[in-house]
Amino acid sequence: MQSLIHARGLVKRFGDFTAVDGIDLDVAPGEAFGFLGPNGAGKSSTMRMIGCVSMPSSGELRIFGMDPVRDGVRIRGRLGVCPQLDNLDPDLTVRENLTTYARYFGLSRAEARLRADELLDFAQLRDRAASQVEPLSGGMKRRLTIARAMVGDPALVLLDEPTTGLDPQARHLLWERLFQLRRRGVTLVLTTHYMDEAEQLCDRLVVMDGGRIVAEGSPRSLIAAHCTPEVVELRFAEEGDHAGKLAGVGRAEALPDRVLLYVDDGDDAVAEVHRRGLAPSGVLVRRSTLEDVFLQLTGRTLVE
Amino acid sequence: MGATAAVLERHLVMYRRLWRGSVFSSFVLPVLFLAGIGLGVGGYVGEIGGVGYLAWITPGVLASTAFQTAIGESTYSVMGDFKWVRSYHAMYAAPVRVGEMVAGRLVYILLRVVVAAAVFLGVTALFGALRSPWAPLSLAVVALVGLAAAAPVTAFAATVEHDSYFALLFRFVMIPSALFSGVFFPVEQLPGPARVLACLSPLWHGVELSRAATLGVFPAWPVWAHVACLLVWAAAGTAWAVSAFGRRLRD
Ligand SMILES: Nc1ncnc2c1ncn2[C@@H]1O[C@H](COP(=O)(O)OP(=O)(O)OP(=O)(O)O)[C@@H](O)[C@H]1O
Ligand SMILES: [Mg+2]
Repeated sequence: MQSLIHARGLVKRFGDFTAVDGIDLDVAPGEAFGFLGPNGAGKSSTMRMIGCVSMPSSGELRIFGMDPVRDGVRIRGRLGVCPQLDNLDPDLTVRENLTTYARYFGLSRAEARLRADELLDFAQLRDRAASQVEPLSGGMKRRLTIARAMVGDPALVLLDEPTTGLDPQARHLLWERLFQLRRRGVTLVLTTHYMDEAEQLCDRLVVMDGGRIVAEGSPRSLIAAHCTPEVVELRFAEEGDHAGKLAGVGRAEALPDRVLLYVDDGDDAVAEVHRRGLAPSGVLVRRSTLEDVFLQLTGRTLVE
Repeated sequence: MGATAAVLERHLVMYRRLWRGSVFSSFVLPVLFLAGIGLGVGGYVGEIGGVGYLAWITPGVLASTAFQTAIGESTYSVMGDFKWVRSYHAMYAAPVRVGEMVAGRLVYILLRVVVAAAVFLGVTALFGALRSPWAPLSLAVVALVGLAAAAPVTAFAATVEHDSYFALLFRFVMIPSALFSGVFFPVEQLPGPARVLACLSPLWHGVELSRAATLGVFPAWPVWAHVACLLVWAAAGTAWAVSAFGRRLRD
């Protein structure tokens, strides 16, 4: 099957600074694909190139098999974009934001009205349809931005940090909406700082760091490839080289506030810790997550 | 140019929300101004070019109002749509071309300017200030003046990062233009170098054409020469605006 997004050696430079440093990507139709990475990793820069609003400095990029430089307008007509920063018209009403945007995609006025009605339901903003955007809460604005991205009935939706700054309830509502889109066969590409979000929403993801892709796969396969099945988190009341005393138990990672111990069996490891005479003030055994993968790959935590 | 209408529509929807604030400056102020200067000062001035002062400055105030409205509407709102609202970024993420953004915006300014001018023209007809059957043509002149002023200022507004530049624009370009472009007195009164500057201003060409239309007199230059000067401003300004929008949006 033809890739919806195809990139080879994609580079984005700003002056001397290289924000995206030669990445390869292929996203298939119907896939939910995620970019994970710390601040400044180059996620948004990549998304903007895919959205055809930022020109690649070098490398190859094809969206729907077309060239963003030559066919930018045609590609954008089939995309829905939710940028990292909301760019709604604050003086217009919720409904007007949807109808004016629909007109950019060539919908007639009547079609735009119908579409706005559907999307007001989709975003659960029908009761706010006539209110201005300015006083809406952050979560409502975010939902409206995502609904607005859907006006052109896109085949590919780009979501740059769709849930950053939302409370847990608003996030779950958004996830539910994104699942709906996936069920309809819409291809989703999103960036996030949240591991649980990536695990929930993405079939496949890449971890970016410093403009490069440092790992790629499904959430499960990334954990299997880069991490042990379980992690023991140890907290100690007193300072000391605790990690040094754990040699042989598993790979130990000393963080400022705790020691992480990567092991196959967490309970066995805890028993061994106690046998060695260590007395942690807190012990937590859990399954490893993408967060641990990220830590393994980059030596840094994802959300500082 | 399919999305031009959609961009125009967005500006009109915005205006529907904000129009009240502009009623005074677009419709009431020019008439008050005309009454104050035309009747008040006119009482001391007597006739110019064979007509009363009120009739003489009416076409000038008409063109000048269009000029100032076009400039005023093309400054903060353009910069704001790039810097704060980012509505041009939103359009650019949709299938809207940069040329369509500029065109939609300029057509919007044209509508604003021409509607305000039509109201003004109706009021001045009641004052008996229109002396020629060509008077309605002054609306076409006003449209051209609006375009010649709005296009380069839109381009300028798309390149600046700070609104203090607009204060400079108003102080050193707009106000001198409005004062010395033949609106209140013939440019022949000006010393030589200043007269050259006045000839560069799109407003002077607009005032000459507008006066020709409402009074049925010949303008200073052939009509085609005045029109050509306005078209050069409009065309060069539009080209600059398209390139400035493009540079601002693509990185
Ligand atoms: N227009 C620009 N001009 C100059 N540098 C830029 C520009 N846009 C991005 N950068 C730089 O490129 C790097 C990558 O930025 P990008 O926005 O792609 O990161 P990100 O992964 O999206 O980060 P975040 O999680 O904070 O959103 C950053 O160091 C940023 O400062
Ligand atoms: Mg980003």
